[in-house]
Amino acid sequence: MTQKQKKMLRRIIASAVLLVIVKLLTAFAVLPEQGLLTAVCYLAPYAVIGWDVLYKAVRNIRNGQVFDENFLMALATVGAFGTGEYAEAVFVMLFYQVGELFQDYAVGKSRQSIASLMDIRPDVANLEGENGELEEVDPEDVEVGAVIVVKPGERVPLDGVVLEGSSSLDTAALTGESVPRDVAPGDAVISGCVNQSGLLRIRVTKLCEESTVSKILDLVENASEKKASSENFITRFARYYTPCVVIAALALFLIPTIALFLIPAAGQPAFLLGTDWANWLHRALIFLVISCPCALVISVPLSFFGGIGGASKCGILVKGSNYLEALAKTETVVFDKTGTLTKGTFTVTAVHPEAAYTPEQVLEYAALAEHYSDHPISLSLRAACKASLDAGRVSDVEEIAGHGVCAKVDGKAVCVGNSRLMERQNVNWLPCELPGTIVHVTVDGFYAGHIVISDLPKEDAKAAIADLKASGVKKIVMLTGDTDAVAKAVAAELGVDEYHAELLPADKVDLTEKLLAERSQNGKVAFVGDGINDAPVLSRVDIGIAMGALGSDAAIEAADIVLMDDKPSKIATAMRISRKTLRIVNQNIWFALIVKFGVMILGAFNMATMWEAVFADVGVAFIAILNATRCLRVDEFRK
Amino acid sequence: MKKRYKFVIDCANCAAKVEDAVRKIDGVHSVTINFMSQKMVLDADDALFDEILKEVVATAKKVEPDCELSV
Repeated sequence: MTQKQKKMLRRIIASAVLLVIVKLLTAFAVLPEQGLLTAVCYLAPYAVIGWDVLYKAVRNIRNGQVFDENFLMALATVGAFGTGEYAEAVFVMLFYQVGELFQDYAVGKSRQSIASLMDIRPDVANLEGENGELEEVDPEDVEVGAVIVVKPGERVPLDGVVLEGSSSLDTAALTGESVPRDVAPGDAVISGCVNQSGLLRIRVTKLCEESTVSKILDLVENASEKKASSENFITRFARYYTPCVVIAALALFLIPTIALFLIPAAGQPAFLLGTDWANWLHRALIFLVISCPCALVISVPLSFFGGIGGASKCGILVKGSNYLEALAKTETVVFDKTGTLTKGTFTVTAVHPEAAYTPEQVLEYAALAEHYSDHPISLSLRAACKASLDAGRVSDVEEIAGHGVCAKVDGKAVCVGNSRLMERQNVNWLPCELPGTIVHVTVDGFYAGHIVISDLPKEDAKAAIADLKASGVKKIVMLTGDTDAVAKAVAAELGVDEYHAELLPADKVDLTEKLLAERSQNGKVAFVGDGINDAPVLSRVDIGIAMGALGSDAAIEAADIVLMDDKPSKIATAMRISRKTLRIVNQNIWFALIVKFGVMILGAFNMATMWEAVFADVGVAFIAILNATRCLRVDEFRK
Repeated sequence: MKKRYKFVIDCANCAAKVEDAVRKIDGVHSVTINFMSQKMVLDADDALFDEILKEVVATAKKVEPDCELSV
């Protein structure tokens, strides 16, 4: 609690004690129920708790703020005093202040919990001097090219490249991912990760304000700048709500009072019979107590703030409340294939040898022949070959661009390449029914078999798509520049509804335009890409989602929602968080409106007292805020 | 020119009221007050920015005297 809040708490307690004393005095008939002396006695707790409200009311009226909540509260309680309801007046003011204090406290708390969530920027960096001595400096003062040391347990303060040492880094604060990432010399490290085991010497590659951690903090802190439509609705609503209720209160008092005055008792309609002006004033005061829109106005942004904070806990950065809101209405999700649904790296998926060879032999020949190549396909061949590869067995390597490689392996002439290479060598090759890149192998001029290499779908891709469908996405589309056969196979395996293959970047934009035109009125189209080369599409759709963005500035820049790791299943998680947030926002709006209008109607018919009115104001705010803080809780979404 | 300020304000409804009042100032293109993160983002005419900012502070103080904008 802040000093201000503590002071308020003391005032509340003091006033409550005084109120109880006065109440007891009247109960034991030391004081009369009514009368000047009693009024003065009740003024003491009232003054303790309400002086600042009265002061602010007067001050704000002077500034022309008629429908100020302080003024309304002051009017309601002074009115209650005027009609002889002393205890009620004090109680309403007391509860109003308790509500305000709680509001302040709850908002501060959730602000704090988000701040601590974002407490991932270290305050110091261990800068290495020329002679190897370490100096603790502010990360802001470290220049690009400087060498810093990160000890085990410390956070990496700046983006850089490991020069020396190996360790595993905990990226949970950035990605929500609990599996640590191993780094060795030459690997890039990202600020904000926690060094878990070994000492690391790092050459800084980015200034503090450009480092990943600063970018992320900036993004989350400014996220709620873009307000959601329900947020705008509620502030617009509040603008009309208070004046309307106050006018209604005025009418509720004036019309019957004038009618009572003008119409003789015999001709009075039933609702006026047996009432007097004080009774109607009392009913009007109930309206004034309810007229404050605070419960609504506070709970909506609080919910979105919590939702955005909760999402970032899961490694999902949402750039604005409006995107969080839109996500719940997602109708079509468009995926870019490579790097999004698939790993973006090649893996050997099948080996089909001729009768004379075993799969291991074919793979070994191919891997050896390709031993000196850095092509992604060669790398995947070498990765798939379990036998240890001795470079001494390879000689006379000849690379034929666009075809493949020929080399001597163990004295045998081995050629590894595509169908064009086979035709060039006049070898009868066999086509393969599997999709992917086919690598043919010949040994001494005879066909030895082929190896199928493909870009495998990510482990969670299939589940991610099923999840999206389960959470109400109507259409899932996959776009790729890859061949039709590959796209078809991946689409079928993952359960994608529609795929478009062999696309150029411009085609992707055209297709997205078409999908945007097809969506229903409230439906949204989301595009998921890896942030590389798809900026035009990302900015064109309703919700642009970039994934695997850790360390990629371009992706963080271009997208509306950024997934820090590269798991497509996070999209469904984000949608669930979005739905939950919206559900809470709606609950709060409806709950507050129903209770407020309900009590107003009861009050107008003399069936509610100030007690119900205080509940409709403070109690509703209390419950709405508690409900809103649920948005921050996302443990159910983290696995 | 768009600038971001720390803006301390106590109640959400007052923040909305201040936002509304500031938006009506001449030369202000757009303004957002974020109650939760206590920030004001002001987009206003470059040439008159300083004067507009003064007026923004005055307007905010008039609507809600208990607010503070730190530059």
